[in-house]
Amino acid sequence: MSAVTTRRDFLIAAGAATGGLVLGITLPVRGGAAPSSTDVNAYVRIGSDGKVTFVVPKSEMGQGTYTGLAQILADELDLDWGAISVESAPVNPVYNSSFAPMQFTGGSSSIPGSFELLRKTGATARQLLVSAAAAELGVPEAELSTAHGVVTHRASGRHVGYGALAARAATLPVPANVTPKAPADWKLIGRPLPRVDTQGKTDGSAGFGIDVRLPGLHYAVITRAPSFGGKVASFDAAAAKAVPGVVAVKEVPSGVAVIATNTWAAIRGRAALKVEWQGAAAAGLSSKTIAADYAERAKQPGVVVHERGNVEGAGAGHRLEGDFATPFLAHAPMEPLNAAVAFSDAGLDVYVGTQFQTVDRNAAAELAGLPPEKVRIHTRFLGGGFGRRANPFSDFVREAVAVGRGFGKPVLTVWTREDDVKGGYYRPQAHNRLTATLGADGRPLAWTHTQVIQSIIRNTPFEAMMRDPKTGIDVIQHEGASELPYKVANLRVAVHDSTLPVPVLWWRSVGHTNTAFAVESFIDECAHAAHQDPVAYRIALLEGQPRHLAALKLAADKAGWGTPLPKGRARGVAVHASFGSVVAEVAEVSLVGGRPRVHRVVAAIDCGLAVNPGQVAYQVESAVCYGLSATLYGEITLADGRVEQSNFNDYPPVRMAEMPAVEVHIVPSTAAPTGVGEPGTPPIAPAVANALYALTKVRARRLPLAHTTFA
Amino acid sequence: MRIDVNGQTHELDAPPEMPLLWALRDLLSLTGTKFGCGAALCGACTVHVDGQPVRACVTPLSALADKKVTTIEAIGATALGRKVQDAWVAEDVPQCGYCQSGQIMSAVALLAATPKPTDEDINTALNGNLCRCGTYNRIRKAIHRAAAGPA
Repeated sequence: MSAVTTRRDFLIAAGAATGGLVLGITLPVRGGAAPSSTDVNAYVRIGSDGKVTFVVPKSEMGQGTYTGLAQILADELDLDWGAISVESAPVNPVYNSSFAPMQFTGGSSSIPGSFELLRKTGATARQLLVSAAAAELGVPEAELSTAHGVVTHRASGRHVGYGALAARAATLPVPANVTPKAPADWKLIGRPLPRVDTQGKTDGSAGFGIDVRLPGLHYAVITRAPSFGGKVASFDAAAAKAVPGVVAVKEVPSGVAVIATNTWAAIRGRAALKVEWQGAAAAGLSSKTIAADYAERAKQPGVVVHERGNVEGAGAGHRLEGDFATPFLAHAPMEPLNAAVAFSDAGLDVYVGTQFQTVDRNAAAELAGLPPEKVRIHTRFLGGGFGRRANPFSDFVREAVAVGRGFGKPVLTVWTREDDVKGGYYRPQAHNRLTATLGADGRPLAWTHTQVIQSIIRNTPFEAMMRDPKTGIDVIQHEGASELPYKVANLRVAVHDSTLPVPVLWWRSVGHTNTAFAVESFIDECAHAAHQDPVAYRIALLEGQPRHLAALKLAADKAGWGTPLPKGRARGVAVHASFGSVVAEVAEVSLVGGRPRVHRVVAAIDCGLAVNPGQVAYQVESAVCYGLSATLYGEITLADGRVEQSNFNDYPPVRMAEMPAVEVHIVPSTAAPTGVGEPGTPPIAPAVANALYALTKVRARRLPLAHTTFA
Repeated sequence: MRIDVNGQTHELDAPPEMPLLWALRDLLSLTGTKFGCGAALCGACTVHVDGQPVRACVTPLSALADKKVTTIEAIGATALGRKVQDAWVAEDVPQCGYCQSGQIMSAVALLAATPKPTDEDINTALNGNLCRCGTYNRIRKAIHRAAAGPA
């Protein structure tokens, strides 16, 4: 998501219901009406009791955004860390992202897209409080200072707390051009402050979507088609209704729902359902057939999406070819998907951990036959998102609305883990075929990359933003391939757009996990073919790419690249840019019983200014773990149209004993912040695969690595 | 069914085969204990039964007669539980946080049995607790921190 708009900032202040100050900055709304002053929404609420609340439009799914965003605002407001509380925002165009006309959390865009906005919001609120204090104390504004949530008259020492000033501040005209602090004056930005959400996440009190408890709440599960695209032909609910606790059985668009007084009864009721299905689009589909078909198609030219120079006229040299296949992947967040709905005379309340508030609100409104303003999305903590809770089709919200509509009481619809693993919306399966011609000096004269992959945005509103009208190919299918950072004069990237009936979705770092595995494995292959060190080879080809170079050199240096390792161990490297940031990773591996074991990962990230270096490092560590699960084990396969995996036994993530030591280093930078949540994921698979090649001279052509025999 | 949870006795209108997890979450609104897999594969539902860590998602109510159940909501009332929670805060362990109730309950049980655990002890005791955010290394540090503190 890269469409950056020019921000038309304007500030609106209004008295909050608490008698305090509410301040918001509206963003340009593309394709929608600008909010009127009566539906002002705000980022800052200062109660007359002195309590400062930050109303956050972004979803907290573990990435630490509540913390990082609050840090920016609190710094400009001269608040002590810990004096600001955080609350999730309702849906309103005022909260739309600066990257798209909607409220969402994704694309590693929260800090990059909110940094200047929140600096200005905080600084403007601070200025209003200073003006109010000047009037209150009868002194010039220039004689006042702010610190610790208090305005102080420097000469006399007289002071007033923000709480006592809030009501007056709310009546003042909002200054138009307040200058945020100079970086040298930052007290909170740039520091590894503790998270704002830790307490509730250690005592069981944090409210995830699945934890909503409303008066009269019922619980539902849905039986869905065993093959994608299937519809209910008929069903027999008698046995299900006989299960104690089951209250209702109803057909919904995606299957048959069982509503009960508790989740267990709903699960048992579902098990007793008899459903006949028809018309599955994915009937007979198998991953093996898909893989073979993709491999064949990748040998054909495809639609050229990026080209420079002339690949055919590049001259003769040592020719290399490499095929790299990646599987479907489920996101499998620890909190299974769920959403609760409560219909009332006032409309519809939806309680959900979502990354896609506007999309989900609109989908719920459409399905419920309500105007959008009658639907309220209450964003809860997300027990992991990784993209799965950002669905353009709002699958789990639509289902919950369909289940709860007409039932008369609130209903929480829960997916079991099996529903989640089998439920589609996967990272697309893909095939990459790369070729290179190396010149006498070992450097690539020509490079081609041909992919076969589904488009995530097919039939979604994102097509207008992300599909290249010239080629008909969406840009995220080949992201990470077209932006090849290495100096190659003759380059061609081509895509075969696949149209399988398997629902696909963005999975932490989207197209990059596929392309980075292929590109960073293949450049490694080129280095070895040229008999050059993989780090030195990359450095030579990264001329003019200072951020890549800085990250690569930092990671290699901290990892002790080139220094001896114990027998049986080897290192591998990868560097990849995504979401505006660059991450390099060096993995140290061995084989234990013939199976890959990753002992240590040293990473370096250039993400511009690190608002919270502690959380930046922790996100890279998180991305390494998430990516490592996929590298070693993760795959969703179909056989005869059905998903073969079901739970964590056959879709296993990395566990405690397999977690490598992870060191993360941050490239010092004062540039504008860039993405953090996702960019650590793409390099881990190629770094590990390259290390295994260094150890065994076996090149992994396919993920997960469980398919490759290294011994 | 009668069960003792966090020192309180509850009479539940529930079948004996109902897993403890759903009784806690849906009947008693003790939502700190999490549903992750329903098959004892992820550890998100870990609670203590007479001090031993068990997976509530596969523990039927019928197995709990005359036993005492402790959940994340009450573990902080014990000195060890408090110490572990404090260590979690000090190390800023949680990311999404969904698995952390189970992680903490497993960690408390480990430390109760093995006050100074080795890394290998931690691997063994915590390997059944999945985390998709990759907080394992900080969990390990937090357990060592809790173990190092005053008894």
